[in-house]
Amino acid sequence: MADREKDDLSGVETTGHEWDGIKELDNPLPRWWLILFYICIAVAVVYWVLMPAWPTLNGYTHGILNQSDRANVAKDMKDLAVQRGRQGVILEKASLEQIEQDPNLQAYAMAAGQAVFGDNCAPCHGAGGGGGKGYPNLRDDVWLWGGGLADIQRTITYGIRSGDPDARMSMMPSFGRDALLKPEVIDDLTEYVVALSHRKANPAAVARAAPVFAEQCAACHGPDGKGQQLVGAPNLTDADWLYGGDRKSIHDQIWFGRGGVMPAWRTRLSEAQIKAVTVYVHVNSGGSGASSSPAAATAPAADNTVASDAAK
Amino acid sequence: MTTVIDRTSGGAPPSEDIHPLYQKRKAIYPKLAHGGFRNLKWGLMILLLGVYYGLPWVRWPRPAGAPDQAVMIDFAHGRFYFFMFDLWPDEVYYFTGLLVLAAMGLFLTTAWLGRLWCGYACPQTVWTDLFLYVERLFEGDRTQRMRAATQPMSVEKALRKIGKHTVWLLIAAATGGAWIFYFNDAPTFWRAAIAGQASVAAYLFFGVLTFTTYTLAGTMREQVCTYMCPWPRFQGAMIDRHSLQVTYRYDRGEPRGAHRKGDAWEGRGDCIDCKQCVVVCPMGIDIREGSQLECINCALCIDACDEIMTKVERPTGLIGYDSDEAVAARARGETPSYRFIRPRTIFYGLALTLVGGLMIWGFLLRTPFQLHVARDRNPLFVRLSDGAIRNSYTVKLVNRLYTVKTFKVRVVGLTDPKLQSPGLKPVGDTVFAQVEPGAARDVRLLVTLPQTSLSEAMKPLVIEASVDGQVLEARSVFISEGGKP
Repeated sequence: MADREKDDLSGVETTGHEWDGIKELDNPLPRWWLILFYICIAVAVVYWVLMPAWPTLNGYTHGILNQSDRANVAKDMKDLAVQRGRQGVILEKASLEQIEQDPNLQAYAMAAGQAVFGDNCAPCHGAGGGGGKGYPNLRDDVWLWGGGLADIQRTITYGIRSGDPDARMSMMPSFGRDALLKPEVIDDLTEYVVALSHRKANPAAVARAAPVFAEQCAACHGPDGKGQQLVGAPNLTDADWLYGGDRKSIHDQIWFGRGGVMPAWRTRLSEAQIKAVTVYVHVNSGGSGASSSPAAATAPAADNTVASDAAK
Repeated sequence: MTTVIDRTSGGAPPSEDIHPLYQKRKAIYPKLAHGGFRNLKWGLMILLLGVYYGLPWVRWPRPAGAPDQAVMIDFAHGRFYFFMFDLWPDEVYYFTGLLVLAAMGLFLTTAWLGRLWCGYACPQTVWTDLFLYVERLFEGDRTQRMRAATQPMSVEKALRKIGKHTVWLLIAAATGGAWIFYFNDAPTFWRAAIAGQASVAAYLFFGVLTFTTYTLAGTMREQVCTYMCPWPRFQGAMIDRHSLQVTYRYDRGEPRGAHRKGDAWEGRGDCIDCKQCVVVCPMGIDIREGSQLECINCALCIDACDEIMTKVERPTGLIGYDSDEAVAARARGETPSYRFIRPRTIFYGLALTLVGGLMIWGFLLRTPFQLHVARDRNPLFVRLSDGAIRNSYTVKLVNRLYTVKTFKVRVVGLTDPKLQSPGLKPVGDTVFAQVEPGAARDVRLLVTLPQTSLSEAMKPLVIEASVDGQVLEARSVFISEGGKP
């Protein structure tokens, strides 16, 4: 390129590019820049040898350092579990009551429990524990299987209808689907349950259903319909309904006899994690026992004794 | 009237049409000055360096559990201890106020007395001064150093240089070392630091500050002020014709010229052009060219000039603190006047007073206790089996004192709310929560109202915590479906 133009001022050749009269000088690269560039190339070659670099038809070149981010993550997770296990010893040693009463332990359990809850429980029970249709609300005072610390711990550990030998187990019959009761009897029973929860119902139907309730339902739900936490039978007289409280929902429940399944978490969570999430759920529900009255919160002593007995 | 003095001894002059992007550094060999300002600066150096190196070793008794170091930043526990005060991380904004105060103070003093900070108190100036002292100790004063610079390397020259750099590095290491003592208990930490048991961060900061002290004060010196520091670039905005600065009184000095003993002083200025003001200047400039960006107002040229004036039996003060206006007035033959109260000094003074007042007011009124309330938003509310509605709150109680405090937490604005707080037992309408010394505690507060009392979906309420006769309040709301059954 002999005909390249030289810039008068600097004496440097131009590249021939021109924008609005501004020409580009063809200065050589600075030496330091060039040296860095060559170093980068050299480093890249070393990198190919040491680290995973090139894709191949059925994999990639592993490099002689055998570096793998995926394996590192697995190792980090394992290390983290060990580290958390070490912290969890504090929770393992203390009783649930001690954890809840001690401000520092409670704070630790609440933080750890929130994480465990968010990872494992929130998909069904909701991020805040508010529950939904078929999934119990863990923030209120209604407990199918008991709301004391030990009750909650047992439910989490072994689950409900989970297949674990120690799982909480009960089954409401499907009175309609399995033709155990005639459809008109189920209609009457629906009215009876509506009446139980202090709402207006057809008196004739209620009267007809009373003996049926005593025969078919009272064994679990109690003669007065107040339920039994021993078998996870809900209280039918209160305002809380797991599958809905309108006539249609109550009718459907008698017809199908639905019962939820909760996994046994002892195979997936550590003892410390279970204890943390137990305290988290208990505190957020008001820390009461099995009783449905908030007043019970002021006298937790009795409940705790029962709870610690059950824990043994 | 003024003659331009060639300060670029050595180095080719830039070609006519191409200006270099940056100036090649001119070696500066400042000569030791003697006099009042030099002594003042020695005193200030001892004071300031003494404070910097010594402060971490000052003890201040505090209740058990807290460190007894008077000034300490405890990152692990999130505390800043300063004698009788300890600040928590959420009070860091006081530092912002302090910085605003520092800036306003700097503006005000600059408007009055020029670059007082640069000349006397800036770490760059103080450490450079110390490093120059060491340099003179090993390599002699200006003339010896200039001669050595032209001579080839010899054993003696090498030894002198090694000695100088060793002492520089020791000072730099002491500077970096003192820094990390501000973040740890100095009397116990120094052993750990020497034994290699301190944290990586400690060694990192030690290394960085050792390096910066060595390079900034040892090898870069005036270049830091001229090229790195933003302050000289805009300090001109604070200086006006009435600011007192280190000034060459040209009304008295010009016309300058050599003067032999016995010559008459009539018809000429007092400046005998001895260039002593130039040779002592750590910035390598000539003060006789007037106020300039590089001048840090260190006042060493005043000492140098006064010494010469005494020798030639002329009055001292040919160079001194003066204002451009006064010098110009004298040059016109008028009586100079000095104005300290000017619109800008009034403004800076007012700003200083205002910010300082606000700071002190806020600082004196700060309470050792705090209350924060976060309402649960998921679920917004919980319906209990009897139809009552429950809202949950996390109440954060902060106790900054060194004794256990019991906070009495109440809910105000609701009719007969039922309180629950797992782990604590509410007594009537009050929850008593003990908070450990210097700790924050989260208390879960569950508030239940019967359905019948709820006519509006959002009921405002105040959560009140009283402790030590102080009542703290936090606003929140009680959410329900209102009147809906």
